[in-house]
Amino acid sequence: MRLDRKDLIALEDLSRAEIELILDTSLSFREISQREVKKVPILRGKTVVNLFFEPSTRTRASFELAEKRLSADSLSVSASHSSVEKGESLIDTVRNIHAMRIDFLVIRHSSSGAARCLADRLDSSIVNAGDGFHEHPTQGLLDLFTIKERLGRIGGLRVLIVGDILHSRVARSDIWGLTKLGAEVAVCGPPTLIPPGLDELGVAAHHNLDEALVGADAVIVLRLQKERHTENFLPSLREYSALFGLTAERLRRTKREIIVLHPGPMNRGVEIAQEVADGPNSVILDQVTNGVAVRMAVIYLLAGGESSGAAHAH
Amino acid sequence: MERLTLIKGARIVDPASGRDEVGDLLVVGGRIAERGASAVGAQVIDARGLVLMPGGIDIHVHLREPGREDEETIESGSRAALHGGFTSVACMPNTEPALDDQGAIRFVRARAEEAGLARVHPIGAITVGREGKRLTEFGEMVAAGAVAFSDDGDSVADAGLERRAFEYARMFGVPLISHCEDKSLSAGGVMNEGRMSTRLGLRGWPTVAEEIVIARDIALAEYTGGRLHVAHVSSAGGVDLVRRAKARGARVTAETTPHYLTLTEDDLAGYDTRFKVSPPIRTAADREALVAGLADGALDAIASDHAPHADFEKDLEFDRAPFGLVGLETTLGLVLEALVRPGRLPLPAAIERLTVGPARVLGLPLGALAPGAVADLTLFDPEATWRVDPAEFFSLSRNSPFAGRTLRGRVTAVLVGGETRFRDGEFFPKRSA
Repeated sequence: MRLDRKDLIALEDLSRAEIELILDTSLSFREISQREVKKVPILRGKTVVNLFFEPSTRTRASFELAEKRLSADSLSVSASHSSVEKGESLIDTVRNIHAMRIDFLVIRHSSSGAARCLADRLDSSIVNAGDGFHEHPTQGLLDLFTIKERLGRIGGLRVLIVGDILHSRVARSDIWGLTKLGAEVAVCGPPTLIPPGLDELGVAAHHNLDEALVGADAVIVLRLQKERHTENFLPSLREYSALFGLTAERLRRTKREIIVLHPGPMNRGVEIAQEVADGPNSVILDQVTNGVAVRMAVIYLLAGGESSGAAHAH
Repeated sequence: MERLTLIKGARIVDPASGRDEVGDLLVVGGRIAERGASAVGAQVIDARGLVLMPGGIDIHVHLREPGREDEETIESGSRAALHGGFTSVACMPNTEPALDDQGAIRFVRARAEEAGLARVHPIGAITVGREGKRLTEFGEMVAAGAVAFSDDGDSVADAGLERRAFEYARMFGVPLISHCEDKSLSAGGVMNEGRMSTRLGLRGWPTVAEEIVIARDIALAEYTGGRLHVAHVSSAGGVDLVRRAKARGARVTAETTPHYLTLTEDDLAGYDTRFKVSPPIRTAADREALVAGLADGALDAIASDHAPHADFEKDLEFDRAPFGLVGLETTLGLVLEALVRPGRLPLPAAIERLTVGPARVLGLPLGALAPGAVADLTLFDPEATWRVDPAEFFSLSRNSPFAGRTLRGRVTAVLVGGETRFRDGEFFPKRSA
């Protein structure tokens, strides 16, 4: 099977079959990262530019490694907003890079819709590495991959997302991906950080973490930006932590084996306790490992690769 | 000898008098003649199959002069107005510099006079530099030709200052036009807050940010005896506040725009910045409430909120692009296609909200076809359909979300003061003496 798409902008756009294709292909690619020679020649001669308008360590490193392991030529550019302040628009900046004849552009930008805007204007493939509060589709995919790896399936699972849903592109990608694959998704956080209209997506909203955890199979803990309390979304990190921090005691009370995910970077002691982050139920480092494989699969499939071809690359 | 023009065989729609019949209209010396006056020697305009209405009056446009003459000038905006069937426009003071003293008001009037096309009625700023701090000289500006005051683009955030503005404006009988937005609630929002802002991950500008200022300004108008006109109502709650205030006898009027009457937040799904306006386009329920408000008279006027922007400034990431769309040349077509044709608003009611309704808001002696009235007239073909192509606009800007839509009603001729200023795509400016 092939992925008949130029770009990956949002999980909202993908069908269930397309998501499953990416997850299956990712499984083949994960094996490559476990070899001694972690490289396959399948994207030799292709050029990928990682254009990051926001700081990022993990996502950028993950994309770079994925590209290198596919033998693509890759270049990472940290573009600050200074080029915008100098009067150059995003579209102009990207048109200049595009004029250097590139095949893929991976973009991280603080404006929701930025990746879509470029995809509509350029003929190279655009991979959204996070746009504003909109989506972070490769993070969503690696979350799906990790949950499926641990629990064997997605359909029928109950997944809880805890934290700042309003400002989270990860939450939106997770919600689309999980619901498309048949999971039951709920969110939990203070009403100030829960956006309107989630019920239309089939997502229930909770404000009591202990109640919300009842019956959950997996919990995705979101990073809380520390500036949220200065914007009066919450009174203090202390109270946030007391109400919504995921502690070992809270997990114990559920009497269930709930796996714990976090997109990183973590604020230990705020949204997640140390012993949970490093505990037996945590799959947080698996997420990071799987991220490289998922990104390899995405770029490979967008380049026109076949799911069976990935296996032959071994 | 006074010039005579006879418009023959048109469907004459004059909402002010309730007249709606096929007939002839004679113009003598720039004014509507008495019925039965002699038409001997008149120049005849064959208007069979056309609708003849009072010249359209758009009380909310941005002409960008002075400051951004690359986006619009008073002359280009006047051409766009005539092409859209409007003989009068009222222009907002958020220019660079702002229209906040009599010199600026005189400048606008002089430029409009030089253009010799449409009537341009300047609106003065409420506060100096539109900074929300000090009142401008209303008296001098009214004497120079200002018809109302507004800090459009912003609310006057300080309620105490807004109160003084209402009180002071009473002396001159002019309304304050309020852009109703509490910025602590709109808080950097770029689209309606709701299910679509959640999906798109864009900051929401909730309806309550509009409603709370409408409610405040109604209370201030009632308390001071001042006159309030609410600009570009976008929400069901906003219409309801105006309707209830009117029922109490408050001196309140209100307008909405063609885009709030025809679009919904779902149209923003592709992050197309041409749909980015302030206040934002809201839900289908809000749109229906606005149509109902127009029909029952809660809303007095349809205004375009014509807001030209250069392509290179509008073609940005959604949250960085400026608010606004160009509307002068699509308003009539949208109203006819989306409201009149499906029977949601009778033609005379639609014309009322485009002519005498807005004239009353600003106290202009225009918008009616009574004998002796100024002969500002628009003729349009109600059956002609056309496809919106912004390249054909006379506006200098192209930022229309309606590009590609098929609309109805082509303006064929526009007379200002009895003189033909636009006919079949050609302009005939008044030559200055």
